[in-house]
Amino acid sequence: MDKGWKGQLLRVDLTAGTCKTEALNEKWAKTYLGGRGLASKYLCEEISPEVDPMSPENKLIMATGPLTGTYGAANGRYMVITKSPLTGTIASSNSGGYFPSELKYAGFDMIIFEGKSAHPVYLQIRDGKAELIGAVHLWGKSTNETEDAILSEFHGDAKIACIGPAGEIGVHFSCIINDKHRAAGRSGVGMVMGSKNLKAVAVRGTGGVKVANPKAYRDAALEAYGMLKENPVTGEGLGALGTPVLLNIMNQSGGLPTRNAQTGTFEGAEAISGETLASSYLKRNKSCMGCIISCGRVTKLSDSRYEGDGEGPEYETLWAIGAACGISDLAAITKANYICNEAGMDTITAGSTIGCAMELFEKGLVSEEEIGMSLNFGDAENMVKLMEMTAKGEGFGKKIGLGSYRLADSYGVPELSMSVKKLEFPAYDARAVQGMGLEYATSNRGACHVRGYLISPEILGLPEKLDPAETEGKAGWLKIFQDFTAVVDSAGVCLFTTFGIGVPQFTKFCNAANGTSMSDEELLEAGDRIYNLERVFNLKAGIDPSQDKLPKRMIEEPLPDGPSKGEVCKLDQMLPDYYQVRGWGKDGIPTEEKLQSLGLA
Amino acid sequence: MQKLIRIDPAKCVGCKTCELSCSFKNTGEFAPSRSRIYNEIFLKEAKFITVTCMQCDEPWCEKSCPKNAISKDMSSGVVTVDDDNCVGCRTCVSACPFGMIKYVDSTGKADKCNLCGGDTPECVAFCPTQCLTLDEEDKPLRQKMLRFVNTVKDGQMEV
Repeated sequence: MDKGWKGQLLRVDLTAGTCKTEALNEKWAKTYLGGRGLASKYLCEEISPEVDPMSPENKLIMATGPLTGTYGAANGRYMVITKSPLTGTIASSNSGGYFPSELKYAGFDMIIFEGKSAHPVYLQIRDGKAELIGAVHLWGKSTNETEDAILSEFHGDAKIACIGPAGEIGVHFSCIINDKHRAAGRSGVGMVMGSKNLKAVAVRGTGGVKVANPKAYRDAALEAYGMLKENPVTGEGLGALGTPVLLNIMNQSGGLPTRNAQTGTFEGAEAISGETLASSYLKRNKSCMGCIISCGRVTKLSDSRYEGDGEGPEYETLWAIGAACGISDLAAITKANYICNEAGMDTITAGSTIGCAMELFEKGLVSEEEIGMSLNFGDAENMVKLMEMTAKGEGFGKKIGLGSYRLADSYGVPELSMSVKKLEFPAYDARAVQGMGLEYATSNRGACHVRGYLISPEILGLPEKLDPAETEGKAGWLKIFQDFTAVVDSAGVCLFTTFGIGVPQFTKFCNAANGTSMSDEELLEAGDRIYNLERVFNLKAGIDPSQDKLPKRMIEEPLPDGPSKGEVCKLDQMLPDYYQVRGWGKDGIPTEEKLQSLGLA
Repeated sequence: MQKLIRIDPAKCVGCKTCELSCSFKNTGEFAPSRSRIYNEIFLKEAKFITVTCMQCDEPWCEKSCPKNAISKDMSSGVVTVDDDNCVGCRTCVSACPFGMIKYVDSTGKADKCNLCGGDTPECVAFCPTQCLTLDEEDKPLRQKMLRFVNTVKDGQMEV
């Protein structure tokens, strides 16, 4: 097919041990774009939203977009779609690296995994041919070891996505790691993969991706590259300091949730900042496939206590394992990051859950005896130990592996979990940045920052500066950001490009690649459609609108420090507006009329 | 003087945009396996190495071709495969010590970098970090030499 899509998907029945190729539903591909949107459509058509996420009836979909594998911005992403065992919502986790593009070069837009294998297996794909291979010898191995083993036994140029031991033993926030250090991180997608006895996917592809209109595509790429180069965030900041460029910025804004969000500034921020990382363990920055931003942090520890090398820590990790735990020991944070990557765990939930455990300990709700050691805020050494125990499912680490909501709930204090819909919020305090509070409350996968990143206007001033303390108008901004993000995730492009390029550039890319003639409005409407599709899935899964809320601390406990001292998140002022601009009823349920207009009824 | 693609490995970030742009221009597909320039990633060492044909003055591929299908243009310096004469015998592939000429199944011909035949090479046009430049002068080499010179200079100042 002379279009961005390859036009076929691979269906792997793990119960039967079969791999079958089938044509991509072209109608759905046009309506839901690809990646997150298209895979969500398949999931909604093929599973009941009420399914037990850990049962063989749940499916796991790996999906590229029509732009994945091309150039233009940072067009090398894929998404993992399934029902989340952590949240019970639809899960879609995004990752870059080289694996997603290789899947296209091997001839597939998507892989749908269904059923459950009787024993550990991994999937080998080589130019349109696929087979399941026994993986007993890989079970229990770290993500690093797994990738190295497959490279040597299958093909040295293969690209690999796999789970680590955490996904095998049921850590609720286990992720899928590809190319050793890139993670489809949140919502526990690795736990679903582990439940299916699927250890890895290894791909070698020597084919290519065509586009419908090469000349228009090249022009669109030149325009986008120019804009990304000129933008201070994508052209300079992210390359030099990576995402940790944000650490000092958020601390100065008073929105860096510290010690399980008890305060909004961290006295140790400078020690864990992007600047400090760049002058210590950073070896150099790197890109994913086709990316000109190159925010990746390749690091190596040189510390008497800890050793290792890898990628990270990213901003959210520095916050989760650092500020959220009151820890300013950069070597310990970096080590804990490596432990997460090698075991296959989401650093955000891992760090936030340990921060929650620290508060439980300091409040006397959990004893030193039960944890097996003391666990005060700021105790870097015991944090690293607990992270190792979590990765192995040992002792109190087993409880950490449930995530902060289940942990805090088991001690009768679920309000001490800094989460929405059981997904921990990341490194922005909703009391200091009102729009982000609305995003946390309404994101379709729980408290997530990458569904509608209002930090961009509220803090960074892109595309224009909004007052973070203001609630008025945030609902309208959030809807556009959420819809646009759904487009970006579905096209197969990195969200970071949206600091520098906007809807018109994506319209040009999608039209040139797919041979369509969509308007900017139609493209955003596709984003709206995808957002509503996910919302309806969640409602049917029993996640009702009463779950569009924030932890009590964000609503009732004013920030005690920093520029936003005295503020709470005024969610109740924004949520009714949000339901209205979404075209939903006052009860937060999409109206029949709205669904019909999107072709979802 | 001949213009060549000059490569400064210190500037490479491993994005493979060179492979994508090369294959898109020369084959109509984004297909790194069909690229005439190679960007290899060494994750552990954090090194990204890019190599392509250096348009040898006395090309092994040219000398080895039994059909005289490969020639070097002395004014532009470009070593080119003439598809009309190439019989796909792969002798050149064996001869090149750098692996910079390959046989392509779909065309049945030998394939190598021709600096995009007179245009600005597409890889140079799209390289986001100026790791790749097209220049008569080997500026990355001069920069490397100057770094050494500056080290010696700094040593002298301290005496």
